[in-house]
Amino acid sequence: MTWYRRWAGDPELVTVALVLSLAGIAMIFSAGAVNVPSPVTEGAWIRQAVWLAISLVVFTVVTSIRTGWIEGLAVPAFVVAVLLLGLSLVIGTGAGTAAGMEGWIDVGPVRFQPSELAKVAAILGIARLLAAREAPPAYLRELLAPSVLIAVPLLLVVLQPDLGTALAFVGLLFAALYWAGTPLHLLFLLASPGLALILSFNTWVWSAYFVALALVLVVYRRSLFVAESLAVALANLGAGAIANPLWSSLADYQKNRLLVFLDPALDPRGAGWNLIQSKVAIGSGGLLGKGFTQGTQKRLDFLPEQHTDFIFSVVGEELGFVGALGFILLFALLLRRLVYLAEATPRGFSGLVLFGIFGTWLVHIFINVGMTVGLVPITGIPLPFVSYGGTFLLACWAMTALAVRVAREA
Amino acid sequence: MNVDDRTLRLGRGRLAGIIVVAVMGLLATAFFRAQVIRGASWTLQSDSNRLRLVSVPAPRGTVFDRYGTVVADNVPSYSVSLLPAPLDSIDAGLRRLQPLLGLDADEVAALVERARAEPRLPLLVDQDADYDKVAALEELRAELPGVFLEMRPKRRYANGPALGHVLGYVGEISPGELELPAFDDYEQRMEIGKIGLEREYERELSGERGVRYIEVDAVGREVASFQGQPGISALPGEDLELNLDLGLQAYIHEIFPPGGRGAVVALNVEDGGILALYSAPSFDPNEFVGGIDPERWVQLNADPERPLFNRAVVGRYPPASTWKVATAAIALRMGVLEPGEFMPAPCTGAWALGNDVRRCWNASGHGYLDLAGALAHSCNVFFYQVGVRVGLDNLVREGARFGFGDVCGVDLPEESSGVFPATLGFWEDRYGFPPTENEVLSLAIGQGPNDQTPLKMAQFYLALARDGSAPTPRIARTGGVEPEDAGWSLGIGPGILDAILDGLRQVTAPGGTAYLSTLEHWDLVGKTGTAQQGLADEPAHAWFVGLAGPWGEPYEIVTAVIVEEGLSGSAAAAPVAAKAADFYLRRKYGIPTDSIQTLREHYRTGVPARWAGQRRPG
Repeated sequence: MTWYRRWAGDPELVTVALVLSLAGIAMIFSAGAVNVPSPVTEGAWIRQAVWLAISLVVFTVVTSIRTGWIEGLAVPAFVVAVLLLGLSLVIGTGAGTAAGMEGWIDVGPVRFQPSELAKVAAILGIARLLAAREAPPAYLRELLAPSVLIAVPLLLVVLQPDLGTALAFVGLLFAALYWAGTPLHLLFLLASPGLALILSFNTWVWSAYFVALALVLVVYRRSLFVAESLAVALANLGAGAIANPLWSSLADYQKNRLLVFLDPALDPRGAGWNLIQSKVAIGSGGLLGKGFTQGTQKRLDFLPEQHTDFIFSVVGEELGFVGALGFILLFALLLRRLVYLAEATPRGFSGLVLFGIFGTWLVHIFINVGMTVGLVPITGIPLPFVSYGGTFLLACWAMTALAVRVAREA
Repeated sequence: MNVDDRTLRLGRGRLAGIIVVAVMGLLATAFFRAQVIRGASWTLQSDSNRLRLVSVPAPRGTVFDRYGTVVADNVPSYSVSLLPAPLDSIDAGLRRLQPLLGLDADEVAALVERARAEPRLPLLVDQDADYDKVAALEELRAELPGVFLEMRPKRRYANGPALGHVLGYVGEISPGELELPAFDDYEQRMEIGKIGLEREYERELSGERGVRYIEVDAVGREVASFQGQPGISALPGEDLELNLDLGLQAYIHEIFPPGGRGAVVALNVEDGGILALYSAPSFDPNEFVGGIDPERWVQLNADPERPLFNRAVVGRYPPASTWKVATAAIALRMGVLEPGEFMPAPCTGAWALGNDVRRCWNASGHGYLDLAGALAHSCNVFFYQVGVRVGLDNLVREGARFGFGDVCGVDLPEESSGVFPATLGFWEDRYGFPPTENEVLSLAIGQGPNDQTPLKMAQFYLALARDGSAPTPRIARTGGVEPEDAGWSLGIGPGILDAILDGLRQVTAPGGTAYLSTLEHWDLVGKTGTAQQGLADEPAHAWFVGLAGPWGEPYEIVTAVIVEEGLSGSAAAAPVAAKAADFYLRRKYGIPTDSIQTLREHYRTGVPARWAGQRRPG
């Protein structure tokens, strides 16, 4: 097995990724086994297997690129990714169950999602930017440049509109800043306008939160410029103020997804029905599940996205709590391994790349798995390595390759 | 390079590890709770059971008339549906149902097509099945997988044939309606108001449908209600109170000349409320409930009498002599006519303006007349001269200002505006040449380019019965939005109104055109009209627009009647108006109804009418 060790570079990480990918293909196969076969899900597992083969080739190629080159490629890759994102807004088309989005670009017979490429590029870009620093950021204004860097692709993705992927960008920004040594209270202040937006649904909760925020500003007043404190306070007030207009500007399906998270009965025919069906599927799976391909809820094709966003409902129904826990443990191993590799590498760029990947995957896994049991609102975001989707699988493996390479060449 | 300090890296790494454990632990806990602890309530009772979502239709609001009588309500009906299933199961289910429900092969084929088009929705096989059939199905339930029986409210219209045009009817939403932004919260197969009040007040009447989660077994038999998620009850629609008098409406339907075409509008003088709005021939909206029989639908549409056409608000007729009142009002307001003034030329049966000789309807002539006399005899020659004094320009401008080119704004989804020239440019647009001054002769007697709906004429006389202004006529008393303009005003003073009403009184005085329609208990005044159609040999339409109320009191009801090809306003239209007003006022003042009402009926039956020809001052 030495060839495998040599090929994989980091056998622990790559083995977990391989197991997840193969299990994913199995679950996509099962998701296609429904009473009324549809052209979308039928044979999807074969297409996914082909994409896995392509991904492994790409993995082999990327792991052979020297870290120095990767670092040098960061800026061009970022520029190209942003241009492609802009292009997809103009000539992009929807696909499959996300027909309302403009996230895909057709290149001859191949369709791909620039937003997946943009995630990889953004990880490299922010790693490059932060690695150039001599010391960890100590002031809020030093977070401005990395935030703006990520905000560009993030806003382009929001315009598609693809809120799920946008959250992944937020995840990688915070993970990279964290690894760069940013003090936690600065991360909190950076996140605070977003928190204010979420908490503004209730005036009392929001007021309590604002008092807490003011306390943080007072406690850390020595490390904050007056202008920075003012900017944070204003940004929070502003977020509270625009919450309502922002809410009304959301599309109905987006509002419904947020509302049914609180009460599935609010939209019992749409998003709420998906959630109820997902919960029935998972709940009826019980401890041991109904057996591979034996899911009765899944067989009825209850969810239009059961091979992509709701793949984990199928896992829960057919493999039960034991199977779901197995997947969760695999994901924990995957993430833990990234942290371990980052701890081991003295090279700033390498650690930052590893943590960028860490943040991206953490967001994907938490939101995707969490939404199937009603832990978080329904968001169109796939599960790394497992969900159906060629570009996404490729991006996951490209990230794995980058992780392996930058960790080995420390 | 800022994290080259290994201790710093390990510190940050430890916290990141804790975050991983916390997030994954949270997810694992959520799944443990959902699958192991609370799994049971989310689990269907058997592995082969499935969860289905079923809509619970909301009962529509009840419609009441002005006396609280129910006009439209709901009765329970039973529907038979097949739950969503693969097409071959649907096919098998339909074949089992075919003999039980008496479906023919075409109906089955149409249903299969429908199931193919909407695979995720329950397939409604029979919207309104007989109770016997439902009972039979209920007994055979074990052998009928996928069959779903449901009680749902069904619309019922009291006195349907009298009310078809006012109430409208409900039906399944059409693909075209589903596209409309106003109905974007509707789904296929939902019931919706199609026309009339059912459409106008759809939002208020419809209520909100609920949902029910049911558990069905592998072949689609309903097993139980689902415990994991409570359903939502349907919210009944709001009730609607009308200004309408159901008794009056039904009475008009009864007395309208049998087989005749036309319309009747009755307005309450006090608030402009519509007491009755009838169009003949009518149709029964109950026929539409649960889907009208296609053959009957074709028949209704192909009928040359056009029963679906609402003549009261969409039909437009030349107002003829009923419009002479408007000419008089304009002339009085301009000061070119004094109430007691005689026109210089006597009526000799015709009158000439230059070379243009125009006839009066009475070839032997009316002699010298003042306004009251001219209205009483409906003398054309008098109004030709008034028209010339007013001038075409002024008549057109003032007529348009009176609103004869506008809609009333009634609370129905459909209403035609009147046709009336707004400016002299009208003739150029329509005929390609400017009008001659002689056009005023036609307009002054209610002919020429002037077509009005019965509702519009009723609203004009409503203003005369009030202070010269009239609110927008409304059928519903509650619900809906208030109309933007609160009616309109003719802008004429009490002196002019008195002069006009004096003239209208002469119409029902001995010798007046509508004398034979006078009533015992009530003061009835008004104006007859006989509208020539385009071709001379076609029979004329008969008009009467009148006011009635207790003697010596303000008028309480306006009645506008048109009888198509009724030949004579005094013989065909006035009796209907008089009898309708009598019916309404008798009920209001507690006088028992009588089949012998008008003077003509007294003469015909020989029942003495000592009151005839006498005006009683209260």
